[in-house]
Amino acid sequence: MEGLAQSQPITPKQGDAVKILILGAGQVGSTVAENLVSEANDITVVDTDGAKLATLQNRLDLRTLVGNASHPSVLKQAGLADADMLLAVTQSDEVNMVACKLAASLFNTPTRIARIRAADYLAHQEIFSADNFCVDFSICPEQILTDYIRKLIEFPEALQVLEFADGKVSLVAVRAFEGGPLVGRELKYLRTHMPQVDTRVAAIFRQDRPIIPEGSTVIEEGDEIFFIAATENIRSIMKELRRMDKPAHRVMIVGGGNIGRRLALSLEHDYQVKLIEFNKKACEGLAGELTRALVLHGDGTDENLLETERVGDVDVFCALTNDDENNIMSSLLAKKAGARKVISLINRSAYVGLVQGGKIDIALSPAHVTIGSLLAYVRQGDVAAVHSLRRGAAEALELVAHGDRQSSRVVGRRIDEIDLPKGATIGAIVRNGEVIMGHHDRLIEQDDHVIVFVINKQMIRKVEKLFQVNVGFF
Amino acid sequence: MKRTLTVIHALGLLLVVFSLAYIMPVISALIYGETSVLWDFLLAMVWTFSAGVLMWIATRRYKGELSIRHGYLLVTGMWTAMPAFATLPLLLVIDGLSFTDAYFETMSGLSTTGATVLAGLDNLSPSINLWRHELNWLGGMGIIVLAVAILPLLGIGGRQLFKAETPGPMKDTALTPRITETARNLWLVYCMITAACIVLLKLAGMNWLDAICHAFAAMGLGGFSTHDASVGYFNSPLIEFILIVFMILAAMNFATHFLAVRGRTLRVYLQDTEGLATVGVIVASCFGVALFLWWQGTYPSYLTALRHASFNLVSLATDCGFASVDFNQWPIFAPMWMLFLSSVTASSGSTGGGIKMVRTLILFKQAGREFIKLLHPSAVNPMKIGGSVVPNNIVFAVLGFIFLYFMTVASLTFVLLISGLDFISSFSAIIACINNAGPGLNAVGPAGNYSGLTDFQTWICTLAMLIGRLEIFTFLILFTPRFWQR
Repeated sequence: MEGLAQSQPITPKQGDAVKILILGAGQVGSTVAENLVSEANDITVVDTDGAKLATLQNRLDLRTLVGNASHPSVLKQAGLADADMLLAVTQSDEVNMVACKLAASLFNTPTRIARIRAADYLAHQEIFSADNFCVDFSICPEQILTDYIRKLIEFPEALQVLEFADGKVSLVAVRAFEGGPLVGRELKYLRTHMPQVDTRVAAIFRQDRPIIPEGSTVIEEGDEIFFIAATENIRSIMKELRRMDKPAHRVMIVGGGNIGRRLALSLEHDYQVKLIEFNKKACEGLAGELTRALVLHGDGTDENLLETERVGDVDVFCALTNDDENNIMSSLLAKKAGARKVISLINRSAYVGLVQGGKIDIALSPAHVTIGSLLAYVRQGDVAAVHSLRRGAAEALELVAHGDRQSSRVVGRRIDEIDLPKGATIGAIVRNGEVIMGHHDRLIEQDDHVIVFVINKQMIRKVEKLFQVNVGFF
Repeated sequence: MKRTLTVIHALGLLLVVFSLAYIMPVISALIYGETSVLWDFLLAMVWTFSAGVLMWIATRRYKGELSIRHGYLLVTGMWTAMPAFATLPLLLVIDGLSFTDAYFETMSGLSTTGATVLAGLDNLSPSINLWRHELNWLGGMGIIVLAVAILPLLGIGGRQLFKAETPGPMKDTALTPRITETARNLWLVYCMITAACIVLLKLAGMNWLDAICHAFAAMGLGGFSTHDASVGYFNSPLIEFILIVFMILAAMNFATHFLAVRGRTLRVYLQDTEGLATVGVIVASCFGVALFLWWQGTYPSYLTALRHASFNLVSLATDCGFASVDFNQWPIFAPMWMLFLSSVTASSGSTGGGIKMVRTLILFKQAGREFIKLLHPSAVNPMKIGGSVVPNNIVFAVLGFIFLYFMTVASLTFVLLISGLDFISSFSAIIACINNAGPGLNAVGPAGNYSGLTDFQTWICTLAMLIGRLEIFTFLILFTPRFWQR
């Protein structure tokens, strides 16, 4: 994501749809396709599995092609020559890399993004350069998801923790609970209560409906509050909204697949980790790789196993298998046994809405967590980060302001002078590494990173347009 | 029978090569002008050479590629035949030495035990002393590693021998693709460190003969000395310090040294879990035992206690066997602890003996695994040493090894008790011999030597040295009926 600031933003001719070629119709590929189609792009999806493509085509308005994604003939047939962007997100790192290389040398595709999972490749960033595999951006959805879950474990009170501007600014979602000092008070009280900490409440969701926060808004119990602050301040702000829990200590993970494994590896030195995996062979591999985490062979929905391993004492319980139903069931079992916070990975978006906020504290949709990192590359204007919120209903964007007062509709203006659509708020500005909260009288300068919170997806285009520089600047 | 003859054929070749080892004492006899000793050595050389040639020619029809079974037989054959031929100069030069004692001495040399039956070492012919130490040195790396480097050049497969011989359970960490290359590299490292040791000992005030002899004994972790008082003769803290350093080096896996030399990095030592454990146990024990001796009032100052405790403890723990003071006089905890360490401390792939640190670690971890199994019945908890998984069959092999080790110690101790030796002497003699350490306690303590034993007792100790050096399995397998079945 860092390299994006220097990259040429994708600026197709006005009015033209962006032509995007997606390789791989797996979980990542189909989610991306789904999101991009809704934003009116021209999408072609290539996969070796015709059945997968057929289901995709039945649902979405796009073109599909069966074939090997690393063969030049297939790429040509898929129209790579005219494409503005290649998204190589097949299961195989190697196929993705080769496809990027071919796109660069045979088809001159402007932007090439590859999904690279192997840490070995990622450790040698030079192989992605223009003389080698020509991968402009590499993404690893599993790693994004792992980092995301890790944040939730670090801040067990938060529903969502998202970072902007290389981690300097965080957007945190918390549920207000009885007993928090701010609950039952007006928002402006926050200012007088904590004069030393600068923060902005970006949105409040009450019973799943957004409320535009104003100084006089009263926080109620059960509200989902999104606030933006410098990362170092988020702990003290959270304390105002709800009783702080003890920091998490014991973590139990069910499912030792790609995500469970990465998470256990990243946590095992700071937390007491137990990892439950169903496959004996996989268990042995995991146990060989992990140094401190305890690997258990068994079924995550086996209440006897959970009880023997004292799931009731666990601070964070993460169900991360491939099976939605199993994840939900084992999370429910864990919660019933007394686990403090349960996180469940759920692929089917219908289920996510069903269980979130009930017994299961956090229902994670991998697609929603990871899509933002891809969307950032696809969006018009210079977008440094995109995070999907509330299961895709809302979005937070980090946009870079270019141009001057003449060519831009943002730069050189006070925040309250900017013609933001209703429901969009500017949360914070990052200027040369310094975090400035988005109060109404602040002036936006050139090259500022502006963090915008949008409660309704329909406004995203408008916001992006706002940040685009008038033709003639380049 | 055919198999035995094939092995004898290879053994003949090996003896021919071994006869080259006489060159060093021959040169020394020339330098020191010991004419009669010179002739004795030349005679021994010719006999060994001719015996080898004879065996080779007589069995030439049975020449063949060696299988693993051949390997076990050949290894045991070598370790019994070579000491037998090595006794020749001792028997020729020293009047009145019995074959029993001479064989004990050469076995002690080649198995790098360092126990001796000879008294009056200070007055012994320099060439004979050099010969004893050379046996230590040759035995040190395991004569077999030399054989692994040389035998393949003679057209005899070496990989089988390597499997049967290299100490420790982690045999398959190949350093270079070819076994010959590996052996040659290890040998080179061994020579380099020995040369450094010789130079430092000379600079520290020894004469050349003493420096060479003690460097040989230290690197082979043999522990022979040119003086009855062993290293105590020099009474020099500097010499003791140098020897401590080199004994610890020799007690670490030579593969690690090789990797360090090849990669020009010291980081490999930090990755050598076994070596770290070896060094850690030794250093902690040194300070601890010194504290104990100081507290007991054995030595008036902690520094003196530390000096003597360190040298003797390192010497015994690494299975070297030098002594600088009569540690038999120390309160019993200290020497017993040292004997205990001699069983477990040396690394695999070193020149030390005993159970080896890696097996100790595996057993400790196995105990930990059992605890985890009780607390978490579904836990998948593979054995890991230095980050890599040790398969269960190795764990079982280690358990089997430990069982045989303790049974061997117990039964041989009983045999010595039957023969009339007191318990401490019997037990410590067997422990010291099977670990290839050297001095035991009481009758076989550092102040005396093994000459007080009867012939029968001497043979039992010789057997213990052989069994210990061949890592028990290699030797005992020959006594299983299945080994001889087709």
